[in-house]
Amino acid sequence: MEVDGASTSNGGASTSNGRANGGRSRRTAFDLFKQQQLPACKPVLTPVWVITAFMLIGSIFIPLGLVTLHASRSVVEIVYRYDAECVPKAFRGNKVSYIKNGSIPKNCYRSLKVHKHMKAPIYIYYQLDNYYQNHRRYIKSRSDQQLLHGHAHYDTSSCQPEEYNNGLPIVPCGLIAWSLFNDTFTFIRGRAELKVNRKNIAWESDRDHKFGKKVYPINFQNGTLIGGAKLDPDIPLHDQEDLIVWMRTSALPSFRKLYGRIEEDLEADDVVFVTLMNNYNTYSFGGKKKLVLSTTGWLGGKNDFLGAACIFVGSSSIILSIVFMLLHVKYRRNYRGTSYLSWNW
Amino acid sequence: MARGRIRARIRRSHLYTFTCLRPRSKEDGPHPMDGPGYSRIVHCNQPEMHKKKPFKYCSNYTSTTKYNVLTFLPKALYEQFHRVANLYFLGCAIISVTPLSPFSAVSMIAPLVFVVGLSMAKEGLEDWRRFMQDMKVNSRKVSVHEGDGVFGYRPWQKIQVGDVVKVEKDQFFPADLLLLSSGYEDGICYVETMNLDGETNLKVKRALEVTLPLGEDGAFKTFTGTIKCEDPNPSLYTFVGNFEYDRQLYPLDPSQILLRDSKLRNTTFVYGVVIFTGHDSKVMQNSTRSPSKRSRIERKMDYIIYILFSLLLVISLISSIGFAVKTKLQMPDWWYLAPNDTDNYYNPQKPAISGLSHLVTALILYGYLIPISLYVSIEVVKVLQASFINQDIHMYDEETGKPANARTSNLNEELGQVDTILSDKTGTLTCNQMDFLKCSIAGTAYGVRSSEVEIAAAKQMAMDFEDQDAEMSSVSRRKNRASEIELETVVTSTYEKDHKPTIKGFCFQDSRLMDGNWFNEPNSDVILLFFRILAVCHTAIPELNEETGTFTYEAESPDEGAFLVAAREFGFEFFKRTQSSVFIRERHPSSGQPIEREFKILNLLDFTSKRKRMSVIVRDEDGQILLLCKGADSIIFDRLSKNGRMYEEATTRHLNEYGESGLRTLALAYRKLEESEYAAWNNEFHKAKTSVGADRDEMLEQVSDIMERELTLVGATAVEDKLQKGVPQCIDKLAQAGLKIWVLTGDKMETAINIGFACSLLRQGMKQVCISAMNSEANEAVKENILNQITNASQMIQLEEDPHAAFALIIDGKSLTYALEDDIKQQFLELAVECASVICCRVSPKQKALVTRLVKQGTGKTTLAIGDGANDVGMIQEADIGVGISGVEGMQAVMASDFSLAQFRFLERLLVVHGHWCYKRIAQMICYFFYKNIAFGLTLFYFEAFTGFSGQSVYDDWYMLLFNVVLTSFPVISLGVFEQDVSSDVCLQFPTLYQQGPRNLFFDWYRIFGWMGNGLYSSLVIFFLNIMIFYDQAFRNGGQTADMGALGTAMFTCIIWALNCQIALTMSHFTWIQHLLIWGSIVTWYLFLFVYGMITPTISGNAYQLLVEALAPAPIYWLAILLVTVACNLPYMAHISFQRCFNPMDHHIIQEIKYCRKDVEDHRMWTRERSKARQKTNIGFTARVDAKIRQLRGRLQRKQPSVEHVNDITPSSS
Repeated sequence: MEVDGASTSNGGASTSNGRANGGRSRRTAFDLFKQQQLPACKPVLTPVWVITAFMLIGSIFIPLGLVTLHASRSVVEIVYRYDAECVPKAFRGNKVSYIKNGSIPKNCYRSLKVHKHMKAPIYIYYQLDNYYQNHRRYIKSRSDQQLLHGHAHYDTSSCQPEEYNNGLPIVPCGLIAWSLFNDTFTFIRGRAELKVNRKNIAWESDRDHKFGKKVYPINFQNGTLIGGAKLDPDIPLHDQEDLIVWMRTSALPSFRKLYGRIEEDLEADDVVFVTLMNNYNTYSFGGKKKLVLSTTGWLGGKNDFLGAACIFVGSSSIILSIVFMLLHVKYRRNYRGTSYLSWNW
Repeated sequence: MARGRIRARIRRSHLYTFTCLRPRSKEDGPHPMDGPGYSRIVHCNQPEMHKKKPFKYCSNYTSTTKYNVLTFLPKALYEQFHRVANLYFLGCAIISVTPLSPFSAVSMIAPLVFVVGLSMAKEGLEDWRRFMQDMKVNSRKVSVHEGDGVFGYRPWQKIQVGDVVKVEKDQFFPADLLLLSSGYEDGICYVETMNLDGETNLKVKRALEVTLPLGEDGAFKTFTGTIKCEDPNPSLYTFVGNFEYDRQLYPLDPSQILLRDSKLRNTTFVYGVVIFTGHDSKVMQNSTRSPSKRSRIERKMDYIIYILFSLLLVISLISSIGFAVKTKLQMPDWWYLAPNDTDNYYNPQKPAISGLSHLVTALILYGYLIPISLYVSIEVVKVLQASFINQDIHMYDEETGKPANARTSNLNEELGQVDTILSDKTGTLTCNQMDFLKCSIAGTAYGVRSSEVEIAAAKQMAMDFEDQDAEMSSVSRRKNRASEIELETVVTSTYEKDHKPTIKGFCFQDSRLMDGNWFNEPNSDVILLFFRILAVCHTAIPELNEETGTFTYEAESPDEGAFLVAAREFGFEFFKRTQSSVFIRERHPSSGQPIEREFKILNLLDFTSKRKRMSVIVRDEDGQILLLCKGADSIIFDRLSKNGRMYEEATTRHLNEYGESGLRTLALAYRKLEESEYAAWNNEFHKAKTSVGADRDEMLEQVSDIMERELTLVGATAVEDKLQKGVPQCIDKLAQAGLKIWVLTGDKMETAINIGFACSLLRQGMKQVCISAMNSEANEAVKENILNQITNASQMIQLEEDPHAAFALIIDGKSLTYALEDDIKQQFLELAVECASVICCRVSPKQKALVTRLVKQGTGKTTLAIGDGANDVGMIQEADIGVGISGVEGMQAVMASDFSLAQFRFLERLLVVHGHWCYKRIAQMICYFFYKNIAFGLTLFYFEAFTGFSGQSVYDDWYMLLFNVVLTSFPVISLGVFEQDVSSDVCLQFPTLYQQGPRNLFFDWYRIFGWMGNGLYSSLVIFFLNIMIFYDQAFRNGGQTADMGALGTAMFTCIIWALNCQIALTMSHFTWIQHLLIWGSIVTWYLFLFVYGMITPTISGNAYQLLVEALAPAPIYWLAILLVTVACNLPYMAHISFQRCFNPMDHHIIQEIKYCRKDVEDHRMWTRERSKARQKTNIGFTARVDAKIRQLRGRLQRKQPSVEHVNDITPSSS
């Protein structure tokens, strides 16, 4: 046994322990807790552990990355930037005056070529760049209460500065709703118009619980300053899915929002004609506008980054493991030896 | 300790000493009571006079609380917002109600209220406890004169100045009283002042003669008088005042004053008039609030906070400049923000104003860099750590039933960084109990028991030899075995001791003297004289213990008590003392019946530190006049007559032996006096005694000196100053842990050196550097002399070539006064640091504090002061950590201390186990805290760059609120409370591990910046990986893209995972609690998200059903978490793996050994490593043994040829 019991304080205490042990048949868990002697697992990073752990991480991440990458690669995506092209040549020098001039028709006809077979559903997105939907002033300018309860809710102070118009409250109030995106797209393949399903593009919970079924737009886009799209005052907000999508503000200044779905497959080499209504003003701040058609995989849209990152992490882990192994072989330290103790130097 | 002081004071109190028979001096008449500081007037027995001004003094209600009901809120709030960080958060909370705040007001205010509220609740609770303690004191009852000679009981707080109170035996005095009369006819009473100055001996107080008739209740019917005296002041040992009674003026002095909180002993009752009440009383005036101490780590933490503040400021500035620029240049184009219709916060026309207001916003937004919960987490952790210290059964003293107590919890981690221990001696290292152990009478040594020092040394050496066996050559082993066997016999022979009933103060065992056998010894007449000297030459008071029928003695010093007990056991029982006589009951073996003998005390020549001896001149029943003297051997030997040196040689030899075994020795001698010789001398003495003037004491000394000559040596006593249990071993272990130990004692040099040997702070072969001051020299010369001594010693040490040479510095109080002066102290400190052990003797409490300060400031390292008496209070308060021994002496030291222990030996566990753990825990915890807040806070900043620096946060307010308070705080608390790098046994077995603390390996800037860098890396990984993953493509079924809510929540989930996995990697000790808290935190996050998503969307906003509807079904969300978590922790994991593998620290290797169960398999290796795992030390047993081994080896080498032939003897296995 321990020759010295090491501690001088143990001298007295061991007897008390002995007594405690004798008196009660065993020490309760609470006693152990108080004496900081609870059974504990004390993992030690031995080389075997380290090498295994790094190997394990590598062997999980590399296949995972490959699968992910494959999923992303199998997504077909068509991105088409139209903001510049859809401005008539005459106005190319002064796009802002073009877009602000209501009398100029904003129609724009373009064609897209499908490179690869696209499996339905094909999602239609519009993408805006350099658009600060995440600006604090912008984000705060809404009233969830009003969206749900409509006119009944009077406190719209959070909606500044789009709160009142002509002395009357606006429903829906606030900058977000006011700046609603109003470009529209129609698609024709061959002769037939491709049917775009614009239902169920918003989150279900948003539709059902955040936008009132009996809340109708009132006094919206009615003033001197017109922002974005107008809303049909006869359709309740609950059904205005464009608005609902728009109101889920994006995190980054470059974002895509769902516009609709094409529920037919597009074959490779199909040509899709798009009719654009280029209404939305991104020209004053130099924002780009893009139209995106994309299929989805099990992982969502096209984004190679995740897969690449997984592979990177996995391979660096493998490399670490190998480096560690080599180092360990070269500078072998006796893991059960004591020569590394500072007093043995 | 403080023996000199006790003596000195008793002289002042006119007890039994040179001055005891001095007539009440007529020359110092009434004090001139005028001028400032002497304005107090007390109308005795007329308390109604003190009901209104100007005689209305403060009530006797005392309060030690910091707050009362009214002041609690403002004062406690002030205390809280004294901390810079809290003030910052308060500012944030205030701003959060304005539109400037990026968060909702509740998310800023709630955590602050929680944090401040918790700290305030703790303060309040502590104060409430103090209040309850006060109430207990204030409601103690005392008997007060209520008029017409009737006394009734009243609580203390109702007592007024002028009241006459009657205090009974063993009661405390309720206020400072003027003693009027006592149960004794001569108006004396005995007082125990333990609570005042920590001294356990009794002091005598004496009433004025005029008030002696006031000896019963009825006498106070008509008693009136007036006291004019000094104003309240903290000086315990002075009092100036006049007492006007019967139109006569009598001067008062401290011997008539009974101080509050002292206790009446040995006296049935006293009457007294209340002079100072409540906070005016001297003891209350004396109480100082102990300074609040902060640990080194906490002070360093402040710097980190400052760094973070600067970082905060920098990124805020970047944000606000960015914002101003964006607002000025770009915002006019952002029509969707309605830039023409803005308030000042977003005004493109006034970018400067917008920028400034945004600065405020940014400061709040990035406030997560400054961990609001850090303080409260640390507070919680420390309280829990402290409760573990309090609960530790290994620091529980069974004898007194006292556990260790962490009185302040904010120094726990400081315990792990102690460099120097400054220890008091009496009551700390020693029990302040003297045991009569051996004696030498007429040149024959008696007493067979070994002193504890001998026993302990033998034990330790035997054990260490065993350990050393493996290493030693067989030759030297054989040599050692011999001494080992020798030692073992010593050890075993002492075990019988435990079976005998022990008498306190008496450990003597020798059949030659016991049970009357001394009568048959050859020199029985000398032995008789020896016993008589023991029984007569003292100043103690006997007290009959009614239960046992034996006498116990209230002596000025414990050794005197031990002598009397010894005399009693030998059959010479001292049982009565009057002012002029001492009565002894002698049991002679010849007659069998006890005979009572009276010794008339003619003169008593007091003990002083200078004289180092005391004598009594007595007349025995035969009329023979004898001078009985006891004193330091050197002094006595100088004064022996030619005929009296018969036993000198043998006695000297014995004295040396005793000294070596750590015993306190005194020599006893006597002188027979002729009547005429005495009469002539007494005349001289009387003259000197009645003389007035400054040189009176000197004259007395001279006259005494004349008498104390021509002595005849009788013998010597050896008294063991009993060491506290386990002290030498504890010192040994502490020394192995690399701690330096200084002893500061009020004792005289010889005693201190003895104890130094006993504790192994000193040993033979150590070079002692004694610095002492010559008396009677001019200040300058003395200083010069001391400086010389110091320089010489330093040079000697520098020139020393032997690597094993050890030095011990012993310095006395007088020299210390000079050595502590500004111009020398640095040299002194340098010398002291070079020495293995430092002993300061005869130091005053003030000097103790000064030495502590010198060490603390001079070396810049952590000091720990440990002591038990009131004289240690200064030192305890001055040191970085003050430890009080809750032993026999008063509570003063404990009250002033940060930790209290029942025994010195628990210090080892407190430091080596708890200190080590707490240091590492707190250090790791703080590092992790900064890591986690940087990792989180910076993500907010990066996001700003994507929002045009508008101050929008990507996370929901509630996430942020919960981040610090719930989601990441519990794991970090479990790290701070439960982490153990190695178990407590290992800590004790490998004392070197302690050095990780003083070397500050876990909280150096390298590590701190490492963690900060790790935080920076994590924040980058978390933010950018998430941004890239959830960039713009569809992330879920239905083709929707990730909005801010989804991205923020995913990012936040990654943070929770990454941070909690990080802390799991940091820990090395998992009980179910850690598992529960770490993984529970992650589960809590999901639970929260789930519940938050269920409540109405008007509250949860974008988080409504986020988890259920969007994130949980999206595989990319889970993949992202996996990826980010691993990517965050991979570098750290690689770092610790490589460090552990190729540059391991000691505790890593021990962990591995334990993990592989190697310690069980290869017990030999384990023992070997254990014996090696100690700091090189020159003190303690181990050093003693090492020195011995070196000595033996050296001798062996010289004798090599001659011992060659014993090589073949096979040593028995150990």
